[in-house]
Amino acid sequence: MTQQIPIHEGLFSWPASKPQLLGSRCRHCAEAAFPAQPDCRSCGSRETDIVELGDRGTLWTWTIQTFMPKQPYHSDETEQTFTPYGVGYVEMPGGVRVESRLQQNTPEQLQIGMPMQLQIVPFRNHEDGSQLMTFCFTAVEE
Amino acid sequence: MDVAIIGIGLHRFGRSPELSGMQQGAAAVRAALADAGLTWKDMQFAYGGSQDAGNADALTNELGLTGLQFTNIWNGCATGGSSLHAACSAIKSGEYDIGVVVGFDKHPRGAFNPQPSEWGLDEWYGETGMMLTTQFFALKTQRYMHDHGITEDALIRVSEKAFLNGSLTPTAWRQQPLSYDEIANSAMVSDPLRKYMFCSPAEGGAALIVCSPEKARQLTSKPLFIKAAAVRTRHYGSFEVFAPSQAMDVADAPTVTASKAAFELAGIGPEDVDVMQLQDTDSGTEIIHMAENGFCEHGEQEKLLREGATGIHGRLPINTDGGCLANGEPVGASGLRQVYEICVQLRGEGGARQVPNQPRVGYTHVYGAPGLSGVNIITK
Ligand SMILES: [Zn+2]
Repeated sequence: MTQQIPIHEGLFSWPASKPQLLGSRCRHCAEAAFPAQPDCRSCGSRETDIVELGDRGTLWTWTIQTFMPKQPYHSDETEQTFTPYGVGYVEMPGGVRVESRLQQNTPEQLQIGMPMQLQIVPFRNHEDGSQLMTFCFTAVEE
Repeated sequence: MDVAIIGIGLHRFGRSPELSGMQQGAAAVRAALADAGLTWKDMQFAYGGSQDAGNADALTNELGLTGLQFTNIWNGCATGGSSLHAACSAIKSGEYDIGVVVGFDKHPRGAFNPQPSEWGLDEWYGETGMMLTTQFFALKTQRYMHDHGITEDALIRVSEKAFLNGSLTPTAWRQQPLSYDEIANSAMVSDPLRKYMFCSPAEGGAALIVCSPEKARQLTSKPLFIKAAAVRTRHYGSFEVFAPSQAMDVADAPTVTASKAAFELAGIGPEDVDVMQLQDTDSGTEIIHMAENGFCEHGEQEKLLREGATGIHGRLPINTDGGCLANGEPVGASGLRQVYEICVQLRGEGGARQVPNQPRVGYTHVYGAPGLSGVNIITK
């Protein structure tokens, strides 16, 4: 079986039965950030802790990427195989809005305020033969 | 103390395959000098910048090695605004009394492709397809429309006006008006924004000769005065481009703080402005910037646009030269193009696009990544 590895360390807890987005929270002002930051952008403190931001949220805004982006975009797709993808900010129970790819990619499927579920999905094949995994959100029933 | 503008110059925006970006900058400086009736040797200092067309101080190879103080400025979309701000400070300090501000650019065709590392981000953010300014403007517009009851009709009307004004502006890139239906039926790029609602990277140059009020009295009978030049960056919580996360409490955008600072410096309010240039990277941002700069309430834009209030003959004439939508975006030059256009309007030299009733107060506004804004207020 192909080995699966996260596209970047520290973005989400995985593998896990219920993967969570990981971020940081400031010990002084309690503001959260994603990905985890060593410094707090709100109060300037240098004391932050890694925290789980949750795996469900609500859609705050969305758009659809209809054309294949130029580099630095790096997928396995070609202009011919490119599939439009959704992008949105999802409001997390951890107290921050996280930008993410969305599984839904038509306007009919997306609506501000709808509940969204975190998923860890294959993104592309790595040069060493492994599969790079990233996070995304998908619309779910209430 | 005010700073005077006594010369303005522009090299046409769009595509000039025969000229480098630098040559377009030099052409703008020569035009501004000719407009002021001065020569390059009269300049004591220069501030200038470009994103993709080289170091501005290399312009001295074209214009003459006179030994003047020349400082390169690079500050994203606020490059022109920051150059002008620096020039105003140099004159107000008393160190110099006359100099030039110049911006120029020449970008490759197609969308910009910024790199994550230049913005303090890790590679995954770009690799997975979130490092696009078009997405950000679409995401911001989508939420704004939801919060303030703006419909697609307003987005279409902004573009319709931009291309109409462009068709009246000889130096604009886009010279053809587009119909409401052509815009409404153009391809969806990033929901809710369509093809004709986005500006494209382009080429061009713009320059201004600025001096002290005393010097202006000796040199010209038609000076204009910079009453305020303000540049501000984002606060924690403002919704900005290239942000993997945003705070829950949305703070005022840098446009709001730059605008307030400029009005305070000038001692006037939005109701006193007769003609304005607002950053229109896309039609959604022009709508948002109308309110962020204080020219209307959030949500009021829908009605204003339907009534044609932002047209050349309306009560809030916005982007009289067609703005970025019709001129394209040479990043280093755009901010100074706005100032050039305001000067044309205040002098009454706008021809087919002249705002009626002798406008006296003009306003310019830029906004860019990763959350900075520059505002100028200019009067007769
Ligand atoms: Zn803090």
